[in-house]
Amino acid sequence: MSAMLSIRDLRKTYEGGFQALKGVTLEIEQGEIIALLGPNGAGKTTLISTICGITTPTAGEVTVGGHDILRDFRAARGLIGLVPQEIALEPFERVLNTVRFSRGLFGHRRDEALIERILRRLSLWDKKDAQVKELSGGMKRRVLIAKALAHEPRVLFLDEPTAGVDVELRKDMWDIVAELKADGVTIILTTHYIEEAEAIADRIGVINRGELLLVEQTSALMSRLGKKQIEVQLSAAISAIPPTLARPGLSLAGEGDVLVFEYDTQAERIGLTGLLNAIAAAGLVLRDVNTRQSSLEEIFVDLVSEETP
Amino acid sequence: MNWGAIAAIYRFEMARFFRTMLQSFLSPVLSTSLYFVVFGTAIGSRIEQVEGIGYGGFIVPGLIMLSVITQSISNASFGIYFPKFIGTIYELLSAPVNFLEIVLGYVGAAATKALFVGTVILCTAALFVDFQIAHPLAMVAFLLLTCLSFALLGFIIGIWAGNFEQLQLVPLLIVTPLVFLGGSFYSITMLPPVWQTITLFNPVVYLISGFRWSFFDTADVPVGLSLLAIGGFTFLCLAVIWWIFRTGWRIRS
Ligand SMILES: Nc1ncnc2c1ncn2[C@@H]1O[C@H](COP(=O)(O)OP(=O)(O)O)[C@@H](O)[C@H]1O
Ligand SMILES: [Mg+2]
Repeated sequence: MSAMLSIRDLRKTYEGGFQALKGVTLEIEQGEIIALLGPNGAGKTTLISTICGITTPTAGEVTVGGHDILRDFRAARGLIGLVPQEIALEPFERVLNTVRFSRGLFGHRRDEALIERILRRLSLWDKKDAQVKELSGGMKRRVLIAKALAHEPRVLFLDEPTAGVDVELRKDMWDIVAELKADGVTIILTTHYIEEAEAIADRIGVINRGELLLVEQTSALMSRLGKKQIEVQLSAAISAIPPTLARPGLSLAGEGDVLVFEYDTQAERIGLTGLLNAIAAAGLVLRDVNTRQSSLEEIFVDLVSEETP
Repeated sequence: MNWGAIAAIYRFEMARFFRTMLQSFLSPVLSTSLYFVVFGTAIGSRIEQVEGIGYGGFIVPGLIMLSVITQSISNASFGIYFPKFIGTIYELLSAPVNFLEIVLGYVGAAATKALFVGTVILCTAALFVDFQIAHPLAMVAFLLLTCLSFALLGFIIGIWAGNFEQLQLVPLLIVTPLVFLGGSFYSITMLPPVWQTITLFNPVVYLISGFRWSFFDTADVPVGLSLLAIGGFTFLCLAVIWWIFRTGWRIRS
């Protein structure tokens, strides 16, 4: 099966000469949820805007459902729903009208039943006749989502959908994303919150300075996260690990005075007691012990800071 | 063609118009009445006739043109500037629509509103003065073409404008003088010869002259030339808009 969204060597240089995307390549399967993590200014919004037609690509190729976003823009854009990062809504318009408008703009027939379903799902039905300007920030964000869903997109872009929204809406949003996925909708979302990416994404991509640094299955990233290290400081250096101590995951570090044991917290038998007993039996004296766990946050910070000169 | 999109934009824009229906209706009625009180009565009592037509009737086509032109421009320029200003243009740019569909939606709505105002003025004027319409079909055609072409110009202004000041400045500094000096309230044959020649460079002269011909069967410039001028102007605006969307000028970074 070919990818639902295929991005090949996408580059974007803004008018002032600033290179916001430096060759991004990424394939996303149908029904997949991918979270793009990255600090402010990484190029997440630029990536989405370029795919959706809000900015023009400088180089590279993007297809959506097999349709080129430039040559075959109608078919490509027809598949896409976009929830932008900034709230942008006509203030005097009524909720129902603005959602109807979005559906019409994509050339679809009126479908009041569908729009009612969407508004109800987003808890907006009792606000359908309210003017947009009367709504709270969270409600406005729901309207943006309703607009994006009004034309039944197959690919949905959510640009920082939960930035600055309350806990309730955030949980609600996660549920909606899960429901859409069940319907086979492909979802690309950007976020600052690592736990959010963890909670809902199948894959996580890390983007910084216009480059995609890593794309990995969330579960693979999580198992890295599940790794823990114990560092045993010895009072005297040794030249090699004594044969009685040797076991998988153990290595000698520092100047021969640190034993590092890497283990999986999720494993059934970790063997910590055995290790410590063996160290004592080998006649080695401990000076200090500490443990550390690499979090996704840490992996992320490592990746990003490698980039920064 | 994405007809659904054109209809959606058109309806959305017209909804804005209907929200302010009372204002859209009352203000042309009021201003027309004032014009007739001031020009028709005060000046008309001095100027009996222009080219064999009573002055009150003579200014009707000019009055309509003045309003229709300013309305077309302001409606269309605001219509497209506002989404740019508040950011909702993202939705247009990411929708499966091409430039022609966006233009048809916005310009169509702006032209409709202007047409409505023009009709209101025509009816109000009929309450004050007697006049006949010699060529009704030509009258409607001129009116439609004027609404359309100046709505196109307004659309360009709306895309070009970087702030609300610029949005108002062009109509104020360029269009209003052109319309006033275009023979709205007088025949250019009343001007000294030098000014008559200069006036011929004012495109609005051709419009008003043609429009007035459709009422009274007399014109400052040949009717064919009027049609050619307005046709050329429409085409020029379309070409500029086509270029704007091709290059993404001021809308797509
Ligand atoms: N229209 C623009 N013109 C010039 N530079 C821009 C424009 N939009 C964004 N940028 C720059 O591109 C970089 C990436 O921005 P953006 O894609 O918004 O990042 P993110 O969404 O990851 O925070 C930033 O350095 C930003 O300043
Ligand atoms: Mg962003």
